Amino acid sequence: MLKTLMAEIKEYKKYTLLAPALVALEVFMEILIPFLMSKIVDMGVSAGNLKMVVIIGSVMIAAAVLSLIGGAMSGHFAAIASTGFAKNLRKAMFNNIQHYSFSNLDKYSTSGLITRLTTDVTNVQNSYQMIIRICVRAPLMLVCAFIMTIIIKPTISLIYLAAIIFLACVLYFIMTRAHVYFKQMFKRYDDLNASTQENISGIRTVKAYVREEYETKKFNIAAENVYNMSVKAENLIVANMPVMQFAVYTCILLVSWVGAKMIVSDTLTTGQLMSLFTYTMNILTSLMMISMVFTMVAMSKASGERIAEVINERTDLAAPLDSVKEVKDGSIEFKDVSFAYKKGGNNCLTNINISIKSGETIGIIGGTGSSKSTLVQLIPRLYDATEGEVSVGGLNVKNYELDALRSKVAMVLQKNVLFSGTVKDNLRWGNKDATDEEIKRACEYAQADEFVSAMPDGYDTWIEQGGSNVSGGQKQRLCIARALLMKPKILILDDSTSAVDTKTDAMIRKAFREQIPDTTKLIIAQRITSVQDADRILVLEGGEVNGFGTHEELLRTNGIYREVYESQLKGEDDE
Amino acid sequence: MAEMNEKRKRAKNPGKIFTRLLKYIFSGFKVQCILVIILILISALANVNGTMFMKSLIDDYITPILNGVSDDFSALLGAVMRTAAIYACGVAASYTYNRIVVGITQGTIKNLRQEMFKHMESLPIKYFDTHAHGDIMSIYTNDTDTLRQLISQSMPQIINGSMTIISVVCCMFFLSVPLACVNLIMACIMVFTARKVAGISGKYFVKQQRKLGEVNGYIEELIEGQKVVKVFCHEQESIKDFSKINEELFDAASNANRFANILMPILANIGNLSYVFIAIFGSVLAIGGFGGFTVGGLASFLQLNRSFNMPVSNMSQQINSIVMALAGAERIFELLDEEPEPGEGDVSLVRAKFKPGGEIEETPIRTGVWAWKYKHKSTGVVEYKLLQGEMVLDKVDFGYNPDKIVLHDIEVYAKPGEKVAFVGATGAGKTTITNLINRFYDIQDGKIRYDGINVNKIKKSELRRSLGMVLQDTSLFTGTVMENIRYGKLDATDSEVIAASKLAGAHDFVKRLPEGYDTMLTGNGANLSQGQRQLLSIARAAVANPPALILDEATSSIDTRTEKIVQGGMDSLMKGRTVFVIAHRLSTIKNSDVIMVMDQGRIIERGNHEKLIKEKGVYWQLYTGRLEQS
Repeated sequence: MLKTLMAEIKEYKKYTLLAPALVALEVFMEILIPFLMSKIVDMGVSAGNLKMVVIIGSVMIAAAVLSLIGGAMSGHFAAIASTGFAKNLRKAMFNNIQHYSFSNLDKYSTSGLITRLTTDVTNVQNSYQMIIRICVRAPLMLVCAFIMTIIIKPTISLIYLAAIIFLACVLYFIMTRAHVYFKQMFKRYDDLNASTQENISGIRTVKAYVREEYETKKFNIAAENVYNMSVKAENLIVANMPVMQFAVYTCILLVSWVGAKMIVSDTLTTGQLMSLFTYTMNILTSLMMISMVFTMVAMSKASGERIAEVINERTDLAAPLDSVKEVKDGSIEFKDVSFAYKKGGNNCLTNINISIKSGETIGIIGGTGSSKSTLVQLIPRLYDATEGEVSVGGLNVKNYELDALRSKVAMVLQKNVLFSGTVKDNLRWGNKDATDEEIKRACEYAQADEFVSAMPDGYDTWIEQGGSNVSGGQKQRLCIARALLMKPKILILDDSTSAVDTKTDAMIRKAFREQIPDTTKLIIAQRITSVQDADRILVLEGGEVNGFGTHEELLRTNGIYREVYESQLKGEDDE
Repeated sequence: MAEMNEKRKRAKNPGKIFTRLLKYIFSGFKVQCILVIILILISALANVNGTMFMKSLIDDYITPILNGVSDDFSALLGAVMRTAAIYACGVAASYTYNRIVVGITQGTIKNLRQEMFKHMESLPIKYFDTHAHGDIMSIYTNDTDTLRQLISQSMPQIINGSMTIISVVCCMFFLSVPLACVNLIMACIMVFTARKVAGISGKYFVKQQRKLGEVNGYIEELIEGQKVVKVFCHEQESIKDFSKINEELFDAASNANRFANILMPILANIGNLSYVFIAIFGSVLAIGGFGGFTVGGLASFLQLNRSFNMPVSNMSQQINSIVMALAGAERIFELLDEEPEPGEGDVSLVRAKFKPGGEIEETPIRTGVWAWKYKHKSTGVVEYKLLQGEMVLDKVDFGYNPDKIVLHDIEVYAKPGEKVAFVGATGAGKTTITNLINRFYDIQDGKIRYDGINVNKIKKSELRRSLGMVLQDTSLFTGTVMENIRYGKLDATDSEVIAASKLAGAHDFVKRLPEGYDTMLTGNGANLSQGQRQLLSIARAAVANPPALILDEATSSIDTRTEKIVQGGMDSLMKGRTVFVIAHRLSTIKNSDVIMVMDQGRIIERGNHEKLIKEKGVYWQLYTGRLEQS
């Protein structure tokens, strides 16, 4: 995990090294100041030497200024290093995601990927910044200050050693104990949020069943759980501060007592005693800082792992070296094709053998879960067949360059998406260089021109994220137009007219028939009217071909087809 | 979260929010709050007293012994013991107040959460329709979190810090007036610098949040549409676009972090400078012996200087988090101030039975008979009216926004037990009508009568209890399948639930789930298909057994074959109830008593299937999918 992440530091290595180096400068200067102070007192004040005061004083000012510069510059470099690192991490993840196959994508939930790219990166960025600054500063401060006490008086430094060990033990004990509680607390907190989320999105159901009080009661229990766990965890954590104060105070008193005796016996000076007091604070606050940083870094460990996972995921669609760039025609062939989403999992498609001629219109129907979408997704290689061979234009799809294949196989997905941008921007996804006429024509075929032209800004109307400002049917028509602009050899509509009324649906099919006769068209639909005029219709059932033929043939021979037909269209015969 | 960050502005009226917040905390934990203040004071004083001890250590004990005035260590021992005792009090006080603060913080947050949730549940649907769900959610997460930090960290630190500063400054002036002045001047420089740097960094932080919002938005959109990106071979373009905004974010973030980062070292080192100046001036004063200033005084003063600098720099760093927390608190209070849905109406729904004379009387027993109960305010006479399920919409106009009417002159008469269907294009207003019947929204003009009673007079909860609802977007809750179906009727037995599930056609697939009815559903039933979710929500309505039903595209994701299987159950579910059905698939609604064809908020055709087919109007076109002859 660390190796993957560190590889992304790249051009920010320089800053990453500069930041701790400057922190070290700051620490040295800060440590020097109390030492110089003891000299001022001993050589200046006690000796009544004003000149000495001025000389040492100016050195002290210089030290303070250097410390300031060191501190500020290290902050500056740490900021660049950590935000740059975060930028590279985002870039690496995003670029890799672009190379994922559908099966790679299926492994992650959309919200999971978003969290990795946002929150997780921010976590890692923050702890990275901590590591290159505080993680250097605190231990260095601790060691330096401790060394200074040894230089001043080895016997007294033993007091500090004892204090350090005591405090470290107690902090470790508290943190590990609290960690357990915190983990449980976060789990409950997640539950609480999940319950809130459910209520917000399901508010209509809650209200329709008048379950407000019931939900409130449920929530109150969840909130109570979070409360109990938080109090348990925090009650441990609050001991940190008093324990630290206890250690500081004990040190001060012991040093006072021992120090006083030493001064009397003339083995310690007043100035040295004063500097020892200052070092007490330095040593013990550093320790405190270290324990804090540890918990923060530990918390971001999970984030780092999640990020590394995304970066290390390799696409499972390998392209051959001598890949073919030209798709000859729109013929499609499935030879003994079986498919399972997970290796060793249940087959979604079993033993599919079909052959489709270029320019044919094929309707595909079948019940929920009959793997209609899965079947067509094998054609542009969104997934690879587990067994058997899928060919387009007489060649196995695995032999094509991926982009070449996909730019000739246009697919309108069932769950389709428009992006924020103008209507034109969205349509140009199909063809970057499409002229306005081409766009308009594609929209006419898809029966979208009429409503687009009626929009306030026509083709320049802004589409909101996810296409929330157009209706479901309008969205589907725009998606079809977008696919048409690719001028594909094969066009696949995966239940893409479900929100379009029957009349418009028929007009779209009419346009297909008349305007793009050479394109192979695969139409998945629930409505029998959408497929009945196709050249041939494929009936899928449980991942197997149940029937494949013309409308009339199927009506005669295929039970499922007849059943669906009758349930949907009996009314028409009444006339 | 992203959008929230973007909108994270400063509170409009921080002072007012702050006092309201204090009042809120104080009202819940009066004694604790007072105790905390007292304990913080003790802890701060103990700390200052310890610092002053250094002066007497050097001046009163060490120096006399050194000068041979006395060689008695017992006096020193006594002083050390006394100080130790005071320190012990300080530590004890500090531990106690920290624990109390935990109680106050977590308690306040818990109360707030519970209050927010309870209030949220009481808000009208309009609130949820007009606020992004992510934004509401972030009030519970981000805003509550920053508020928790404010109460648990910033507030005690400010109290502690200001008390420490006050007592330290007093001691300083007691030790040496000129040195105290030097110290204060340095403190002013510190505060001034802090404000300056925090101001600059704040500006960049706003910019960073905006960029972060942009990046998050882009990521969200692209990842949502990742499969489309692949289908259109758009990978390189998206990498290029992302690179650009990622670079912009880096720019803003590095600037924001830079200024935030340098603030701490700058403050700490101004503190160091102040320490150095005090050391130098103090030495000069001590050598000159001005105003009886001694080495012991200098030792104490230097230690005081440290005690002074720490809270000043701590508090200056709190400024930003306080501002953020107050903005969060404002949103929390805004939620709490939202007007709840009025539940007015004094007609309620009761179980009833027939008296021998045919009259209706209230009964606690489940009779399957329901009645509206109305108590006349003036006379106190209670009147019962049998619930039959007659629903009349009389000249109803409605707009989500009062100046944009979306439903015009809607007239619907549903006789008890009738099945009324609404068909029409997306956006024709079908769902809107059902939203009016159960009063998710209130109408602008006209009247809706339920069994002859104006729905405005019926208590909302009672009205809804009488109307079952199955929506297109099913909501399942975290819990088992059994619990989810039981949502319709909380006291339903297992066999009732299973019967309902069989009726809805869900039993078959539930049985095949790994743990049957005890299978846990999470994330709105993420492990089920949309069709299966719809079957569960139909089962939920079935177990509720309401007198009237609204089915809004309830079977849209169930394929036609399964629908045919479910149809029998659906028919028995609808039997004897008034049902409003919205369906895209016309086969579902063909057998309705009345079909209303809607277009742009108006009913343009009405009648049963046969009549509408004969009319050869819009319904006929929709049904046959035929093109207009032109």
